[in-house]
Amino acid sequence: MAVPAVSDVDHNPSLSDDRPLAIEIDGVGKVYQSSDGAVTALGSVNLDIRKGEFISLLGPSGCGKTTLLRIVAGLEEATTGHVHLHGRGLDGLGFVFQRDVLLNWLTIIDNVLLPIDFKNKKPKAYRDRARQLLATFGLEGFENKRPWELSGGMRQRAAICRALIDDPELLLMDEPFGALDALTRDELNVELQSLWQHSNKTALFVTHSISEAVFLSDRVVVVSDKPGRIVEVLDIDFARPRSLDIREEAVFGRYSRHLRGLLEQTDANHKG
Amino acid sequence: MRASRKWRVPAELWTLAALLALWQGAVSLLRVPEILVPGVNVVFEEIVSHPDFYLAQSMHTLSNTVMAFVLSVVFGVGLAVAIVSSTFLEKTLYTVLIALNNVPKVALAPLFVIWLGTGNASKIAMGVMISIFAIVIDAVLGLRSLTPDMIDLGRSMRGSRFKMLFKLRLPNALPSIIAGMKVAMSLSLVGAIVGEFVAAQNGLGYVIMSAQGAFQTDRVFAAILLLALIGTALFYLMEWLEGVLIPWHESRRGHAPKSTAAPPLAPVSPTAKIFDAA
Ligand SMILES: Nc1ncnc2c1ncn2[C@@H]1O[C@H](COP(=O)(O)OP(=O)(O)OP(=O)(O)O)[C@@H](O)[C@H]1O
Ligand SMILES: [Mg+2]
Repeated sequence: MAVPAVSDVDHNPSLSDDRPLAIEIDGVGKVYQSSDGAVTALGSVNLDIRKGEFISLLGPSGCGKTTLLRIVAGLEEATTGHVHLHGRGLDGLGFVFQRDVLLNWLTIIDNVLLPIDFKNKKPKAYRDRARQLLATFGLEGFENKRPWELSGGMRQRAAICRALIDDPELLLMDEPFGALDALTRDELNVELQSLWQHSNKTALFVTHSISEAVFLSDRVVVVSDKPGRIVEVLDIDFARPRSLDIREEAVFGRYSRHLRGLLEQTDANHKG
Repeated sequence: MRASRKWRVPAELWTLAALLALWQGAVSLLRVPEILVPGVNVVFEEIVSHPDFYLAQSMHTLSNTVMAFVLSVVFGVGLAVAIVSSTFLEKTLYTVLIALNNVPKVALAPLFVIWLGTGNASKIAMGVMISIFAIVIDAVLGLRSLTPDMIDLGRSMRGSRFKMLFKLRLPNALPSIIAGMKVAMSLSLVGAIVGEFVAAQNGLGYVIMSAQGAFQTDRVFAAILLLALIGTALFYLMEWLEGVLIPWHESRRGHAPKSTAAPPLAPVSPTAKIFDAA
């Protein structure tokens, strides 16, 4: 991988306010009506995300991370507030789901090309791009296999290729690596970082893993539950590209400890 | 799974041969009068000595059956798509269909003769009437079984309703639809025969009815044997079609399944049970 000269400033959000906004989340709240009354999944969330940023949402299970992501993606209506997407809006959006949702009746390459087909563009014209993407993610030679012939990690890679095929400006990912083993997860984290860094995409990434969040993000957004709200937004100042070794550095440990403290605190509040 | 498939066909042939031998043995040992149950040799002789006649009658019944089946599939899937696309149609059309399904459809055969005459049309209508519900019910089930994940995927790709239907809903429903088609195929044959029982000048059902009147038991048995043959052939045709249309389905994958339990041969069809009694 080529290592471009990336200055700290480029990815230091506090100093890069000149970058245009990509997503504005304004007072977004969500109340679900269920059989046993209303559930407030999200209180009131405010978050501005700039173009090219990598943002992680970190929080306990059930705190509303998926809900927030789905509202941003237009898959769910916000009960209060609203989300404004700049640029191509919902058309410029790629979504990676927690489960890969690959379709068994399509080959891997046709799965990757599905968004093109859905948007009434010519899949033929994108075949080379699909091949290239698959190769980037180590899936060369698997183009004509069926999803069930791939391992979990390979399937999730294919799902990422599918989200990227139409060159989205905005990549939304809901615990894409949650079901994978630690080694595969590390590997995909590195691949994802490199892809993101070379493509100037804005990424919103949901995870349970503190180290994954710190490793990947420009900013980690800590969400607490009942109802979901933002507790803190933590800037992560590491130069890019980051290698997995930074996890051994003292600064990384300090970030992790700080985040763990916040999560334990929300947990304690919840119990108290 | 694979191993069992290899010896399956010969095993079934052996079973068939054993059955025929048992039939022949019982008839000659017990000296059953030919007018009640003729021996296998008599039945075969009857068929072989009138090959053109039996071929023509078989083709007649077969073509009505296939026609009824094709119409059932086309209209059944069409109705199912309409039903899952509109809550209004679901509340009205689907309710009517379910109610209609509970009418003993064989009882309608004389009506079709009054409406459509004694020709092929009334037999095809009977076949459609009996078999279409299997398709509609299974197809509706399949079309509704799109998972929330897949719906999210479709919506995140900003697909039109058309794309959602043809690229997600229908392919996802295919295993279910094919399960319904398997049931509908044998029911179409039942419908064609019932139609021929009521009023006809052609077909194996007609052969059975007219031979019965003349106590030509060998003819009755010859027609029944040919019907069994047609039914079996159509069954294997459907099995083959299943392999062609849904090679990706769990039941069709060549390699060992991930779970230790053997996968079902076909998707579970709710109609399989409902229509066993038809
Ligand atoms: N469709 C729904 N109907 C009713 N309640 C819902 C629905 N979806 C989510 N919720 C509730 O909203 C809250 C937030 O759910 P959400 O899925 O956003 O959490 P999450 O942070 O993604 O959790 P996890 O980390 O476990 O995926 C939960 O309390 C959940 O029970
Ligand atoms: Mg979630």
